Amino acid sequence: MYLYIVAGLALLISLVVSRQKTVRALKIAARRFLKILPAFLLMIILVSIALYLVPDEVISRYLGSDNKFTAMALASLLGSVTFGPGFIAFPLAGILVQKGVAYMVIAAFTTTLMMVGVLTAPIEKAYFGWKVTVIRNVVSFFIALAVAVIIGLSFGEVFS
Amino acid sequence: MKRNTILKVLLFASYFIFLLVAWLLDFNPGQQIGHNFGSFLVDMLKILPGAFILIGLFEVWVKRETVERHLGEGSGVKGYLWVILLSGTTVGGLYLAFPVAYALYSKGARLSVIFTYLGAAAICRIPMAIFEASFLGIKFTAIRWLVSLPLVILTSILLGNYLTRRGYTVEAGK
Repeated sequence: MYLYIVAGLALLISLVVSRQKTVRALKIAARRFLKILPAFLLMIILVSIALYLVPDEVISRYLGSDNKFTAMALASLLGSVTFGPGFIAFPLAGILVQKGVAYMVIAAFTTTLMMVGVLTAPIEKAYFGWKVTVIRNVVSFFIALAVAVIIGLSFGEVFS
Repeated sequence: MKRNTILKVLLFASYFIFLLVAWLLDFNPGQQIGHNFGSFLVDMLKILPGAFILIGLFEVWVKRETVERHLGEGSGVKGYLWVILLSGTTVGGLYLAFPVAYALYSKGARLSVIFTYLGAAAICRIPMAIFEASFLGIKFTAIRWLVSLPLVILTSILLGNYLTRRGYTVEAGK
């Protein structure tokens, strides 16, 4: 956990330099954390339900569809509405590639998974409002599609 | 209490009652959802305190002028470069990028830089990219970066300019 090594060191240095400022930093940290906690809780609830409704087998089934473009469309939608930490998504992607799923389909899935967050929308909205949340996610969705198509071209999948 | 708050409390309450009843009645879908909730909650609690401590320290120690100079209106192209490097170190996922982006914004970073940070944090996190390349190959990861980063910067500039023209400001917690 390099995050805690960094946070711990930073906290220690801060404490050595100024006790007063460090206490203020911790107060700010606690206040911000508590303020956004309901949005986080809502996200965790949504994720817990989404993981149940869309398990790995469902993802594998849809991404393995014969028509690459249908599969790409499905993959980008699935990636948008699910939420997965990279350490689950990429091993799954690796398995799918071995099963013969096209790289462009994988790209559509992983890129939307990372960039488009329907489930993280409660948090995004709390900071930036609905309008920006919707615009950013729609734009990200199209960026992901562009990435997928160019990956498809590079791997010679589009015209085969 | 506002209507929204009441709705949220009701939603949370019914969710937890559902989990409790599912657990008592051995209702399998409910138990699985409960299990997902638990494991994801633990994941979050491992990351969030550390991240928010860093955000708190950032607020106290980093001067507004520093952020403004490097990421603000006058920072030019370098602002994007800095923020992309910063995004490489982001842990977790988008959900953590939002509070960080807000902290940067409240210290004077400009909107297009903030949106670049969000996009880059989603696609360019170094630990994740290494992981990705090891499963899907370096070619895959390289193309993904080369295509998505310029698009992220371009759309961030467009969105940032559009919102700035309309006098948009970020008001967290609303």
